[in-house]
Amino acid sequence: MSETTQEVSPVETREGTVEITLKVNGKSHRIAVEPRMLLSDVLRHELGLTGTHVGCEQGVCGACTVLVEGEPQRSCLMFAVQAEGREITTVEGLTPEAGLSPLQAAFERHHALQCGFCTPGMIVTCEALLRSGRPVTEETVREAISGNVCRCTGYQFIVDAVLDAAKEGAR
Amino acid sequence: MKPAPFQYHRAVSVDDAVTALATLPDAKLIAGGQSLIPLMNFRMSRPQTLVDISHLDNLASVTLSDGVLVLGALLPHQRLCEDALIREQVPVLAEAAQHIGHWAIRTRGTLGGSLAHADPAAELPAAMVALDAEFVLRSVRGTRTVAARDFYLGFLTTDLAADEMLTEVRIPVPPQGWYGFAEVARRAGDFALAGAYVQVRDDGGGSVTWFGISGGPERREFESVPEDAAALWRELLADVDVTDDDDYRRHLGVLVADWAYRRAQGEAQR
Repeated sequence: MSETTQEVSPVETREGTVEITLKVNGKSHRIAVEPRMLLSDVLRHELGLTGTHVGCEQGVCGACTVLVEGEPQRSCLMFAVQAEGREITTVEGLTPEAGLSPLQAAFERHHALQCGFCTPGMIVTCEALLRSGRPVTEETVREAISGNVCRCTGYQFIVDAVLDAAKEGAR
Repeated sequence: MKPAPFQYHRAVSVDDAVTALATLPDAKLIAGGQSLIPLMNFRMSRPQTLVDISHLDNLASVTLSDGVLVLGALLPHQRLCEDALIREQVPVLAEAAQHIGHWAIRTRGTLGGSLAHADPAAELPAAMVALDAEFVLRSVRGTRTVAARDFYLGFLTTDLAADEMLTEVRIPVPPQGWYGFAEVARRAGDFALAGAYVQVRDDGGGSVTWFGISGGPERREFESVPEDAAALWRELLADVDVTDDDDYRRHLGVLVADWAYRRAQGEAQR
């Protein structure tokens, strides 16, 4: 390895903040953030994308899951500065201009949500599964959402909804 | 709670990263951050400077050369599960990686991060001890190579100096003999209450490496496995300083070693 050393921190702007460009749902946003700001908080408070929910802030509950370069990741376990240059997709980016996505519609049909707090994380994770080309079976769905905690549904209707959406996608 | 303020430096190369580590105040490396950020969110860790190496994409490679599988430190866990070369050369590593956290953790958490963090209940440090891996450590002072067996010194404690960066893992392949893996966790994705890798060589001898039961990976050698294998595991566990719940941990230690042993035998008979 023979890389050259050079200074390339993002530009310092006002005291303690750095300027970054975040690509979220296909749009670029130029914003100044403190390095300590979590991606989840920047999405919600700086960009107004409140679909991403914040539950545990320790990576356990899965409510804040977003897609980074198409892969599900915890936005509470990533600093926004780290996300610069990566393509971020939130639940808003998975929702059509009008109406619901096929997966969201399946959630509605199957009553796969009650309080709705976990739902954005569930939708993001399950959409990633559907897009991944992996087999979608009860087992793989349960494995995929094992990192998303739901305290209302008992998961069964969520699994039903994802399997139904996968079937619909295959038609 | 939210993390305490820190200075942020995004490294553009390994040289840049180790220079920053050596010169910036109280600097720590961050890659995937799946262990560090929870600690910072709780303010159990408050580094003054974070050196971000998560953009050094050339450290996420898998290569095979001269009987050594070379894994870059920035490989995410999910790649360990899915990479064709890893699955072919060290299937036990791919299997064990499947047990790390959840999907959204595995896509972000990195090999080097887990190895350097040295959580005693983590799958990867013990895997490297079991597989006789070596770690390549870089700093402004130079490069050195340390055997995984010598790297782990105790609870969250390693031989890694404050100015060093783990850049590469070197696993000799094919591994000596057959490997099996097993762990017990309360829920899928939780840290293991106990886990083990068992290696069985053609001559019947081998090794067992436990994790989750004490301050770090615990490797013990054996010359053969008697019919009452559990007795051997119990004997090898005798000098392990278990964390807590003495009887229960030893009981789990015997169980996981037994399951891992059966899987290693299964591999051998394939």
